[in-house]
Amino acid sequence: MVPLSYYLVLSAVLFACGVAGFLMKRNIITIFMCIELMLNGVNLAFVAFAAHWHRLSGQVFVFFVMVVAAAEAAVGLAIIISVFRTRETLNVDRVNLLKL
Amino acid sequence: MTPVAPTFFFYLLSTVAVVGAILVITRKNPVHSALSLIFTLLALAGLYLMLYAPFVAGVQIILYAGGIMVLFLFVIMLVNIERSQREVQFNQQWHVGIIASLALGFLFLYVYKHGSSIFPVNPVSMPEPMNTQQVGMALFRNYLLPFEIASLLLLVAIVGAVVMAKKRI
Repeated sequence: MVPLSYYLVLSAVLFACGVAGFLMKRNIITIFMCIELMLNGVNLAFVAFAAHWHRLSGQVFVFFVMVVAAAEAAVGLAIIISVFRTRETLNVDRVNLLKL
Repeated sequence: MTPVAPTFFFYLLSTVAVVGAILVITRKNPVHSALSLIFTLLALAGLYLMLYAPFVAGVQIILYAGGIMVLFLFVIMLVNIERSQREVQFNQQWHVGIIASLALGFLFLYVYKHGSSIFPVNPVSMPEPMNTQQVGMALFRNYLLPFEIASLLLLVAIVGAVVMAKKRI
């Protein structure tokens, strides 16, 4: 059977991939996907700890993380649409001011 | 407690997850990024099954792969990606970004290596005969107030998304 630390290392790798993409990418949609990647890495750690300590709280917390991820994706993608409507670009280097 | 799947499947699923995560960063086209992210999410759902959490795995597939990723693909279709595809993919401070993310990754690995007493190495085992029922019990008994607050958060998110995306309110 697989030890717990393997799952934790995998979740750390996923989180680091998300951080790398978040800091390096230019396309705002890909940046949002990297945020989802980070949240999934955290979710994996939650479920692994829940299975290890025989507690359901970790699994329940995963649902709340998913709710926050869904809310964040909805509002963030709406913001992307409204930014694209005014700026005609998805490049975050050119969306560095709130006013036009 | 018998394991759900042999150890081979852990390596298979984790390889799929990590390759998908790397493809999310390296692909130019956001549609390809979204598709590889779906692969990562499905692999994570399989890992949840291996961790005796079938309900979380189902919710992962339905909500993430089915809901959030469809939202992403719709927004990609609504905006013009052709111009952004021709631009340089990584932003101006990508050196700093790669240094920071490598430092974070090495910090994680350092903590796992030197703090191994915190993270036990004995195998994951969970006697979980009725996972969905137990999750429902926990969600509607112990976590009822956070559940209601989460529904309120979703309502606020719906209203906020409509207000943001509408041309004229």
